[in-house]
Amino acid sequence: MNRTIAAISTGQAPGGIGVVRISGPEAFSIAEQVFQAKSGKKLGELSGYQAAMGGIFDSAGEKLDDCVALVFRAPKSYTGEDVVELSCHGGLYITRLVLEEVLSAGALPAGRGEFTRRAFLNGKLDLAQAESVMELIGAQGRQAARLALAGTGGILSKKLDGLIEELKTLASHLAAWADFPEEDVEEVTGQEMEEVLGRVEATLQHLLAGFEKGRMYREGLRTVIAGRPNVGKSTLMNLLAGRERSIVTPYPGTTRDVVEESVSLAGVPLLLADTAGLRSTSDPVEEIGVAAARQRVRSAQLVLAVFDSSRELDREDRELMESLRDVPAIAVVNKIDLPCLLDVDLIRSRFPHYVELSAGQGKGAEDLEAALACLLGTENFEPGDGGLFTQRQRSAAARALDGVKQGKEALSLGMTLDAVTVCVEDSLSALYELTGQRVSDEIVNQVFEQFCVGK
Amino acid sequence: MKTYDAGTVDVAVVGAGHAGIEAGLAAARLGCKTIVFTINLDAVGNCPCNPSIGGTAKGHLVREIDALGGEMGKTADACTIQSRMLNLGKGPAVHSLRAQIDRNQYSRMMKHKLELEENLSLKQAEVVNLAQDNDSWLVTTRFGAVYRAGAVILCTGTFLGGKIFVGEVAYESGPDGMFPSAFLPDSLEKLGISLRRFKTGTPARVLKSSVNFSELEIQYGDERAEPFSFETEGELVNRDVCYISWTNENTHQVIRDNIGRSPLYAGTIEGVGPRYCPSIEDKVIRFPDKPRHQLFLEPCGLGTEEMYLQGMSSSLPEEVQEQFYRTIPGLEQVQIMRTAYAIEYDCCDPLQLNAALEFRDWPGLYGAGQFNGSSGYEEAAAQGLVAGINAARKLKGLDSVLLDRSNSYIGTLIDDLITKGVSDPYRMLTSRSEYRLVLRQDNADERLTPLGWEIGLISTQRWEKFLHKQEQKRRELKRVTSTTLAPSDKLNQILVSRGTSPISTGVRLSELLKRPQITYFDLTPVDLNRPELPVAVQESVEIQLKYEGYIRRQMADIEEMRRLERKALPRDVDYQKIRGLRLEAAEKLEKVRPENLGQAGRVSGVSPADISVLMIWLSAQEKNQEG
Repeated sequence: MNRTIAAISTGQAPGGIGVVRISGPEAFSIAEQVFQAKSGKKLGELSGYQAAMGGIFDSAGEKLDDCVALVFRAPKSYTGEDVVELSCHGGLYITRLVLEEVLSAGALPAGRGEFTRRAFLNGKLDLAQAESVMELIGAQGRQAARLALAGTGGILSKKLDGLIEELKTLASHLAAWADFPEEDVEEVTGQEMEEVLGRVEATLQHLLAGFEKGRMYREGLRTVIAGRPNVGKSTLMNLLAGRERSIVTPYPGTTRDVVEESVSLAGVPLLLADTAGLRSTSDPVEEIGVAAARQRVRSAQLVLAVFDSSRELDREDRELMESLRDVPAIAVVNKIDLPCLLDVDLIRSRFPHYVELSAGQGKGAEDLEAALACLLGTENFEPGDGGLFTQRQRSAAARALDGVKQGKEALSLGMTLDAVTVCVEDSLSALYELTGQRVSDEIVNQVFEQFCVGK
Repeated sequence: MKTYDAGTVDVAVVGAGHAGIEAGLAAARLGCKTIVFTINLDAVGNCPCNPSIGGTAKGHLVREIDALGGEMGKTADACTIQSRMLNLGKGPAVHSLRAQIDRNQYSRMMKHKLELEENLSLKQAEVVNLAQDNDSWLVTTRFGAVYRAGAVILCTGTFLGGKIFVGEVAYESGPDGMFPSAFLPDSLEKLGISLRRFKTGTPARVLKSSVNFSELEIQYGDERAEPFSFETEGELVNRDVCYISWTNENTHQVIRDNIGRSPLYAGTIEGVGPRYCPSIEDKVIRFPDKPRHQLFLEPCGLGTEEMYLQGMSSSLPEEVQEQFYRTIPGLEQVQIMRTAYAIEYDCCDPLQLNAALEFRDWPGLYGAGQFNGSSGYEEAAAQGLVAGINAARKLKGLDSVLLDRSNSYIGTLIDDLITKGVSDPYRMLTSRSEYRLVLRQDNADERLTPLGWEIGLISTQRWEKFLHKQEQKRRELKRVTSTTLAPSDKLNQILVSRGTSPISTGVRLSELLKRPQITYFDLTPVDLNRPELPVAVQESVEIQLKYEGYIRRQMADIEEMRRLERKALPRDVDYQKIRGLRLEAAEKLEKVRPENLGQAGRVSGVSPADISVLMIWLSAQEKNQEG
């Protein structure tokens, strides 16, 4: 624990600014070996939250990059230790060079999640908050980032505290009633227990349902754009991607391979796949593409079924409609700038979620966004509520729910109250685990193994 | 003081209350030459408070003591005058046996058992000094006798620095009018042992013929009075009853009018009293909205007219006691025979002990009972047994026997004392055990008798009886899981009358017994091939079937706990030097010196983050050792 560690704490992708973070008792002295302030001041002389302009120099004295060094003094830093953050002009290559200099100056490379682990160990974060940070790092969409922020603020912890309080009150009443049978402790009534268990059950179920939505925000939805050839799938793809991702030609069958792009729609990350137009073809290359497209449709979490407003429904359109019976899908009627020949009413009747747009003219993306929000039921989803983020949190909440359910079942079966009590306490202990109030080594390991290096 | 050499013993036990008795008997039975000192030979196994043994969770302790080969259960059975299984209907985990006993008979019997025990001598003497001499201890009595002992077990109860309070009256005294152990506290403090001050109290004893019972509710014993001991054959006979009455607004008014005369409220008592056994003045002041408080009138024995007023302990002046007792229905003319009093005494901080109940820094010195900060006869006896066993084993060069939270209430009690410490006299409660459905009073033998046998406190005859019972249980479980009952009018009638659904196809006996509403007894008319079995075996089979799922849950929890318990912490850790450990945690760990990570996690003031620091530190240590 007394070693000084360093890592690149911005993403491992080209970006504007690259930050190398150094944390530990020797953070200042190590940083001073690679960084020289323009003012000539030593970093160790700065007070907390102060920044210095300067440059990064290698051991040969050659300047690698301009740099701003930001100083945090223990315990007022993210990790609770002395921290220096070196913000360089980016470029993955330069940032890596800077890190190498810092390491050769005596810092150790940070392990996975080590900054956050130290923050947790130094009491800067509770377990639920620590996990939220990890989500913040991994968050793709806007909504996911808000979800994660709600977690770091401890909203989840506060919610859990409420549940814990409620179960604790019940458990202690049961205990008093069992331990002091001859004193007039009010009997715990079945109704009272059912009410408490019911409330806790509902909250936990809500949290768990939120987890599924939260996961959608974090991990994104595998989304396939499907339709017969030349209905404008690739144009739609480019509209959503905001750039020329798929090659667009007036010729049917242009897209043969699956083209992928990650986009954000209604705050939800969509892992978009533009596929070959669905039709029987004698071209063996196109045939492979069509097969791949069908496969994608089957395994998709969401399908954007594109129809051409300017043409009548044909066999392929009908087949597509048929194949989407049990798949979450949005019907996208494209090319509404052209005269309409499509049986729109039929499509409306088959797809509860329906949009008309003109991808070519860049019109109607907002409608698609609204339809998506409606389909996912995210209009009323408030990420700021604080929810469960990780599998560990989910499984602890599921165990807590299981305890509550078993308790209710024991009650309804007419089991004696000692059995109900055991279930209530199991549930309580699962919730305690969730807030990190009773932690076993595996949990801690599991939490921190999931962190990427740096924050 | 002039002293003389009084010889050498293996184990010296200071005090012959409930802890001292078990400690002395266990040590002697394990082959140690043992001496038990008592300030008054007529007070061996005295019950200076309630004339009863057992109660919620305490009943579990008595069963466990018995399962390990202790004496309390057997003697209590022999002296029972009324027995009740508490919490029937609340489930087997919280069933607890309580017996009203003849306290004089109990004391006489225990004294006799000590007298008859080979290897044990019982001596009336006040121990005034304790000193370490190389590997042994020198125990000096008031008469100047110096005994050399390999191990000393302190079971000083409320005698140690005892002081009695009744209103404005206060004087140094032991319980029940006996003189206190006034010199030993200094000697212990000189050794460096840290002592603290606790207090407890007891209600008045009153003359039976002065009570008007006509208006009082009678509390009878159980129809089938169960014994504590797995060794006691047959059922017990209820020979007396208890009575219930209630305080009222007049009682409370008298108490409120005189509260300034209570030594507790006047501030003359410095000791901390038990939260779980408040005096009546405490109850009245702390719960002003409660219109009445319940009290029980319990017989102190068969050959006496004294009755105990459970729930009415007090340290108000004698005349105030008489005044408020007389406001209670049935007690209008009551004559007090022994006045209620509060007693303050010295005890140790149990954080100084290890799980063998030995002082970590004074090898060979053990503590048990109220000396360790607990309250209650049963809690004391349980610790006495563990201390006696471990003192003997240490002298024989054997490993300590350590009970834990997953196998017993005794283990839970000891772990709580030595890990969490105490802020007021500690009483056992079922809610203190997280593994309640596993640690039942009905299966104490199953949990602990194999250990008792291994230790050497279980007779061959008893062991064979135990094995026989286990075999009966095994067979019966097999029978009920392989026997199918066909649907019949008779069976369905039974099922429907108990409020459960009738069957239309054959159903296994075990499935029917799993239904919460159906008991073994209910199925007697249709279970035609049922063998003759003791009720205890039937009960055991039934509980195992009914609570199977819940028990499995708890077993999984136990496994999880044991995993952390297996991660041993070295004895010589310098917690101050572990980086990342918060100062408060380091100080607490320094004080408790937990044996393993599991125990460390239960130390108050140690957070989960501290535990993960310890985990990381431990794994780093392991890596260093490998490297």
